[in-house]
Amino acid sequence: MEYRFDKEELDQIEKIKARYPEVRPATLPVLWIAQNKFGHVGPKVQKLVAKTLDLPEAHIHGVAEFYTQYYKEEKGKFVLDVCTCLSCQVCGGYDILHYLEEKLGIETGETTEDGMFTIQQVECLGACGYAPMMQITNGVYVNHLTREKVDEVIEGLKNGKLPQFESKEMRKVNPQDR
Amino acid sequence: MASEWKNFEPVLIPDIANLRNIDVYLDNGGYEALKAVLGSEWTPSSVIGEVKAANIRGRGGAGFNAGLKWSFMPEPDGKPRYLACNGDESEPGTFKDRKLFEFNPHLFIEGALIAAYAMQCTTIYLYIRGEYIDWIHMMDRALQQAYDKGFIGENILGSDFSVDFYTHSGAGAYICGEETSMLESLEGKRGYPRVKPPFPAQNGLWGRPTTINNIETLANVPLVINKGADWFTSIGARNHPGSILYGISGQVNRPGVYELPSGVPILDLIHEVAGGVRNGKKLKAVIPGGSSTPVLRGDKLEGVTMDSDSLREAGSMLGTAGLVVMDEDTDMVDVLWRIAHFYHHESCGQCTPCREGTGWLEKVLLKIKNGEGEIRDLDLLLDVTTQMEGRTICALADAAAWPVRHTINRFRDEFEARCKRSTFATA
Repeated sequence: MEYRFDKEELDQIEKIKARYPEVRPATLPVLWIAQNKFGHVGPKVQKLVAKTLDLPEAHIHGVAEFYTQYYKEEKGKFVLDVCTCLSCQVCGGYDILHYLEEKLGIETGETTEDGMFTIQQVECLGACGYAPMMQITNGVYVNHLTREKVDEVIEGLKNGKLPQFESKEMRKVNPQDR
Repeated sequence: MASEWKNFEPVLIPDIANLRNIDVYLDNGGYEALKAVLGSEWTPSSVIGEVKAANIRGRGGAGFNAGLKWSFMPEPDGKPRYLACNGDESEPGTFKDRKLFEFNPHLFIEGALIAAYAMQCTTIYLYIRGEYIDWIHMMDRALQQAYDKGFIGENILGSDFSVDFYTHSGAGAYICGEETSMLESLEGKRGYPRVKPPFPAQNGLWGRPTTINNIETLANVPLVINKGADWFTSIGARNHPGSILYGISGQVNRPGVYELPSGVPILDLIHEVAGGVRNGKKLKAVIPGGSSTPVLRGDKLEGVTMDSDSLREAGSMLGTAGLVVMDEDTDMVDVLWRIAHFYHHESCGQCTPCREGTGWLEKVLLKIKNGEGEIRDLDLLLDVTTQMEGRTICALADAAAWPVRHTINRFRDEFEARCKRSTFATA
């Protein structure tokens, strides 16, 4: 497959470049545009980004390797990033991770044979009060996970339905505690 | 201080529906502080003076007086100067700034604009961790609203002050919350922290003067301008005034983010505010301000309040005020191993004591967790922490070392119980 940006994306990239006094700061945003389009930023995509920004390929590669959210190889259609860090750990994040492994028949880091799901274990995602939780393909956060909720989410994803964004309001002190 | 917090009405995120919408924000006195500051009554230096007097201590963890930090910027020379807003929020246990993005984005934007005016910055960058993509979109929308109303851009509100304001997404790296690493990331590079000095105020983004502030810190600025430094310093603990967005997580009945004054007794926060420990269990331990702040024993919390002085005395720190509560069944060895794993994973690898040290901590703790450790491994761990601390470019090594040292010292019996008897004891 040949990787290329279309006119619209190139226009968007020009706008991004205008935000900074030099071209290099566009590296992260353009890697994001590439990953959103191609699903990963493997070596060929890195080459395209380097060419588009007229920056050394080694620089693009170094940046892509440093940040965990960039996929350096193709992943499943849905990447399930399960948090197991601290608050999620003490609230059962590992149980959720192991339940997913069992349910999908793969280990963490692997992709199902049909290419639908990849399971990853990730570090703190900043949703500690809503643990355990996971993020789907660098997108929506799914909070307060239980086995039942995992079943629901997986069933939905199989039908191409992403969970809705869950707004978590500020907490108020209970009136009786005032 | 005792129960003052019970009557506190939130000011950072007040209970007003749709405050994220700029029209609602304006109806509730929004952007009045910016208008005032750009008027004839204020000058950049008087703004810095007021914010300094308010003693807004940085809410990102370091707790440095924000106004004092601003005063380190050199005199304007007509060339670009920058404000970089730190919305990386990656410290485990911390999930507060996203509340401002979601529920009161314009308060933060207004605060950042006032800060930029005070320091005569030409561009503001808002760095947000890549995982917060939904919140980045919220901020893009809020910034567009502010541009449309003329609060951002050329000659703001008819003044001669002009500034641009952009979001910049991270892509998954805890270290980018470290301020100079964030600058590297903004410059489009790997997030390697820089050696200081030179400090960012002298040599920041693209070699130009730059100040980095946390989101919550900046959100306090319009309040200080509107109500005065005296009002601000009258709230909460004397040496750490203002309200705080407390993020409470772990094994409590009502986890979440609460806005209350600084200096709330930690036991009130756990038992009254957050509804106590889940399933009627006993409290074993609490991490008061994100994973790098030393864990406190549940039986040593009487009289401890959530401010820098009290927590230092108790042997910990306020950090980001993200509390992680652990019940009596929590396995401290498991928890500490997981924290060590986090820091090992997130070490950028520049400095040997950190790159190797975090690996050693994780490896030895895994051995102990698996029941294969020996008592002397505990001393090895403590020894490694002293070899890491203060010997690296940034504070990640310290942040990795402190939890190990203090968790072992404060729960030593649990760690010893997991170790094998030393071989000479059975010989």
